[in-house]
Parts: sequence; structure tokens; C-alpha cells
Amino acid sequence: MRLNMTKMTGAQAVVGALERERVEAVFGYPGGMNMPIYDALCHPDRAEKGIRHILARHEQSAAHMADGYARASGKIGVCMATSGPGATNLLTGLATAYMDSSPIVAITGQVPTFMIGTDGFQEIDIVGMATSVTKYTFQPLSVRDVPHSIKAAFYLANTRRPQPVLVDIPKDVQQTEDDVEFPEHVQYPHYVSLPSPDPTIVKTIARTVLSAKRPVILAGGGVRIANAYHELQALAELLVAPVVTSFMGKGAFPENHPLSFGCVGMHGSERTNMLIPECDLLLVIGARFSDRTTGRIEKFAPNAKVIHIDIDRAEIGKNYKTPVVFLLADARSALQALLRELDAGMLGGERNSWVKRNQEVVVMAQTALDGNGKSHLSGVETIKMLRRFIPLNALVATEVGQHQMWCLQHFQVIEPGTFISSGGLGTMGFGFPAALGAKIARPDVPVFDIAGDGSFAMTENSLATSVEEDIPVTVVILNNRMLGMVAQWQRLFFNRRYSAVQLGRSPDFIKLAESYGAEGIRVETLPELEAAVKKAISSPVTTVIDVPISPEENVLPMLPPGAGLKEMIVE
Amino acid sequence: MSQGGRPRIISALVENKPGVLYRITNLIRRKSFNIESIAVGPAETPGLSRMTFTFSADYSRFDQVMKNIENLVDVRMVEPLEERNATVRELALVKLSPGAPVTRPEVVKFIETFRADIVDMSTDTLTVEISGDSDKINAFVNLARNFGLMQVARTGAVALAREMIVQKVM
Repeated sequence: MRLNMTKMTGAQAVVGALERERVEAVFGYPGGMNMPIYDALCHPDRAEKGIRHILARHEQSAAHMADGYARASGKIGVCMATSGPGATNLLTGLATAYMDSSPIVAITGQVPTFMIGTDGFQEIDIVGMATSVTKYTFQPLSVRDVPHSIKAAFYLANTRRPQPVLVDIPKDVQQTEDDVEFPEHVQYPHYVSLPSPDPTIVKTIARTVLSAKRPVILAGGGVRIANAYHELQALAELLVAPVVTSFMGKGAFPENHPLSFGCVGMHGSERTNMLIPECDLLLVIGARFSDRTTGRIEKFAPNAKVIHIDIDRAEIGKNYKTPVVFLLADARSALQALLRELDAGMLGGERNSWVKRNQEVVVMAQTALDGNGKSHLSGVETIKMLRRFIPLNALVATEVGQHQMWCLQHFQVIEPGTFISSGGLGTMGFGFPAALGAKIARPDVPVFDIAGDGSFAMTENSLATSVEEDIPVTVVILNNRMLGMVAQWQRLFFNRRYSAVQLGRSPDFIKLAESYGAEGIRVETLPELEAAVKKAISSPVTTVIDVPISPEENVLPMLPPGAGLKEMIVE
Repeated sequence: MSQGGRPRIISALVENKPGVLYRITNLIRRKSFNIESIAVGPAETPGLSRMTFTFSADYSRFDQVMKNIENLVDVRMVEPLEERNATVRELALVKLSPGAPVTRPEVVKFIETFRADIVDMSTDTLTVEISGDSDKINAFVNLARNFGLMQVARTGAVALAREMIVQKVM
């Protein structure tokens, strides 16, 4: 026996490995095939080391909590589930994290090794099922493999493009005792962080950017993930180039900055969507040209040279024309290298007219957006007012639907990385559990979930987690008693025939909140909304603020399917 | 989409671990390509395997799936290969049951013409081993229909880049 070996069970090795990764919280749900891990988690010897377990009420929520934790902290979120249905319930959460490049380590129980392949009770091939939505999967078949699997899962989840990793552990491996060793490092010599950006390519980018007359920067989620906010701002100010973001890039650039043009795309503002097709150079940083960002791809930026910086080589030319320059790098090191290369004195005078044009579109857009003077609360007004009432440092998650797109348009994100939303997969029910995970990561700031009534209903049972585990957040439901976005499409593209979108009067979200021990407040007016938000922020328990809005309100402008950026429906 | 484009060959040097083949084939499937052949075996370095895949694809989607494969944790290297820049070979076993009006000397001559070998024989059947590029094997199998073709087992293409023009995807 080697000196640094310790005798323990596989389950103890799991917990030991998590402790060595300095995991502070695990989001999960127990069941038959992961009970040994749960036993090891609560072992009296470990109580002081303090991995906190947060009991979800559905495994999908556990995965979203881990995802929200990861997005709020930049650290890896950990979730756990038992085999079979527990594992399959995780999948939507893993897919959500996969699409938005969020690092999660998911640990599932599995039937004992001798039963694998026999269709045993609650056996499912989660390794096979999760392959499409994870970077990697492990299935340690001996106790000695457990510490390496966990260590490697953490290494892989956050090396290069962050993505989920699954570790599937058969129950007998959890139970068996053996001498185990915890590796300090894992060896993946062919899967390491990217080298520093190629200086030749950086020089080319600098030259190309400087020669442009009408440059636009398009920043995506990669800027947020790489924590490259300051570098992005410095570059934009140096070039005097307008910055637009993809939806995932919201929060990568302060939206009250004079050079901020908000989000481009299906629900991008008029000024932003009009700007992109006019640019002669598009500098794309950590964005992947999602169809929701580009609209009809041929009309996106037809006259622009495209420079694309991304951490993933498979994004080159995937959705959009092949860029004139591609730089394989993470956003931060790329921007740092580019900033070193650039010198403001190199800027030509011709840029002035572009800056002037930027200001013209700003003025044009402001007049277009004003004039919403109804007496009751509209969705748009509620979102705009929430920005006034919610502190700038609060973390704001959203669900998926109309309220989310109103946030895209009207909820200015000013402090870096304070906005959390499911962009790629568009997972209804993501926001509330993600907010709970975010609150675990950042107990020092208020955390909000801006929700619709449809989405919130998908994971509303996380109220139990919120109350029982003492994780106070504020949910604001824009309640139109409709699946609003689907209803909007039915109004616009299906001749107003409503099909399966009217949710009726239930539940009463106030009573629902109260039944879980949370607080519920219904607001009808702006002063009531302000008071409710203030009360919720100082409340020791989660508060659900129910804001009735009209079921007929549309998210505008919008691009109809197949339309180019300049072909928005405005009213 | 899956049916368009030209035939493509991918050669991948990968870790010999469970699930690697599944991850690669799953990626190719996700892009809606139909894999025509897969050949897997140990490579020159212990612990590594070389996999050869063939499928049809247009260039841009092929290029993208190449990069996706290269992104995989267990993949050391990926090369796109073509007949013009690589040696491509396939082996097939072909079982024939030639009967009248075909005579035995005619069968033997047919086999010799293709430089194939008879590797098994019974009173009614013979099994032929043939190797070469895919066109040659296709031609042999097509003609074998005139000689009582019963069964065909093909390895699928294996390929190695020719020297000096190794192309590595960036």
C-alpha cells in the first residue's frame, strides 16, 4: 500500500474528491442507487468540512440550480441524482448548460456493475443518453477509479469551452471499500487550455479593424464566461465602435454606456438591428451567430468583413460565412492581445461620420420607443420599472418567453455578468432554480427571477427548496394567464387562433407561495410594484410578486421567421 | 442534406477507451450524415486506435464535423483523406456458389483477373479474399453476381495519408 492511499468506500471517495475540489454546495435528489453517496455526505466526520446539500424537488431543477450557481460564480456547479428517472430528469438541465456553455459536474447513481445491461429496476443508459449534451462522461467501474473520474470531470468541465460532464457511478462501486488515492492532477496532454493568441493573427485583426470605416463589435456569451468585460469596454472606447451583444452576451457590456446598442436579433431594438447591416466590419467575440441573433443569415451583415474570435474552432463558419480572420482564443486573452497591438493614434479621421451616424440612430430609436401611456401595468412598463427598483448589483435570472424578451429589450444590464438566462435551449422553468443556485453562490446580493406564469409553473415546486433551505430570492411573475410567446405567434402567424395557450385562473400564485411558507404580493400599480420589490429585498424568505398584465401584449419589434434584420415588425 | 456532397474519408487517431467510437459516430449522426463504413484497430502507439470513417457530405458541413470530432477529449488527431492524397484500401470476403453454365476455369480466371485469392472452398462454394480501393471491390462484387454471388463482408476503407502532403485541420 502506498503511503498516500486511504481505505474508504467509493461513496466516501466521491465526497472526498468533491471536498478536494472545494465544492461548497451540491444540488441533488436522493434515490435507491445513490444512497451510499448521500450517507457519506451526511457522515458526522464530514459535517464540519461542510459540503452543503440543497434538496431540489425535481432533478431538472437540481441541474438548473447547479447551472445558476456556475453562471453566478464562474465556478463549477455540482448536481446529483439517482439512476433511471433521476438521471433522465437531469438531462434537460444538462442540455441547457451545454447550449449556453456552463460548467456542471453531474453525478448519477447507477445499478450495480453486475446488473448493468439487464434492464434492472431504475436502470437507464444515462452515459449513452447524456453523450449529446455533455463534453465527456465517466463511469468508474472500481473504487480506485472514483477519485480520478471526479478530478478529471472538474478538469474537463472548465477547460476550453465550459460544458457539463457526467460521472455515472454504479452502486456497488459506491459501497465497496478499497485503498484509494486522490490525484493532485489529471493528465490530458491533448486536451489543455488554448495557447496564447497567435500574434500574427492578432496583428492582422488590428490592421483590419483600424482600416474599417464603420466597425461594429458583436459580443457574445464568451465575453461573459471569460470575464473580459473591462477589456471589451477598453476596446470599444479605443475604437469608438458601437457594441451590440447577442442575448447570451447581455451583461458583457454596460447597457447604459454611450456605445452600447443592446441586443441584436429576433427581438433586438430597431436601432441595433438597423445598425448591423450597415457596418463594414463586424468584430465578433465569443458569439456563435445563433439564428435568433442573425435573423435571415444572408441579410445579417452583407457588406461586412467578419472577424471571429472564439474558443471553439468548430464555430468557424458554422452558421455564418467564413470570417476573413478567425482567432482561436478565449475572449479575454484575445482582447488583451488585441489591445496591446492597437494604438488609438492609428485611428483615421473618417470614423467621425460613423460615430455621428450612431448618434442619429440613437435619437431615432428613442422617439420610436416612447409613448406607452396606458393606465394599467403593461409588461414593458413593468420591466422598465423593475430596472429602476432592482439594485444594479442584483443578479437577475429569467424564465423563457415574452417576459424574457422584454428583459432583453428593456432591462438594462449595467454591472457585468448580472444577467442569467437560458438562451440556447430556451428552457422554461430554468429561471427560478437558477436563481436559487445563484443565491447560493452570491448570498451577498439580492437575486431575482423575472418570470412568466407559464414558465414559473414548470419549476414552481422549487419554492419548497427555497423556503426549507433558507435561500431567499424574489420572483416577479408577469402574469398574463397565457403562454404569451406562443399566443403572440398565434396572433401574428396563425390568424389569431389560440390553441392550448390559455392557462386560466389557476393557480393563485399568492396562495401558492404562502402554502410553501413564502410570501406572496399581488401588485396592480407602479407604486405597489416599487413597494413590493423593496419589501421582497429585505424579506428573509422568498417573495413571489404577481403582476397581472394584459394577455394581448406583444413583444415588439420582432423579426418574422425568415426575415432579415431590417425587416422587423414594429407594431 | 445527408445524401448530398462527395464521398469523404476521415482518419482519427484516438484513445482506446470505451465510448470513443460512440461519441464520434454520434457526432456524425447528429449532422445527419449516413456513415458508409467504419474501420477500427490498434494504431502504432499502444493505447491508441486509428479509426477510419467514410460518408458523403458537402464541404462546409464536412469541415464542421471534422472540427467537432477534433474537439473531442479522446481524439488526438483527425485528418480528412481522399484517394488523391492517401492510400485507401479495403478488404472483402466474397462467397460464391458458381454453377452451370459457369465453369470452374471461368471462375478462377475471373478471380485471378482481380488478383484475388481463394481462401476457402467446399463442394458447392468458394470464398474469395480481395483487397484494393473501393472501386475495385465494387467492380468485383458487381461482376461476381454472374458467378453465383452469395455473401459479401467488407471491412470498410482504411486509409493513411501519403507522405509530404499530410493535411491537418487547423
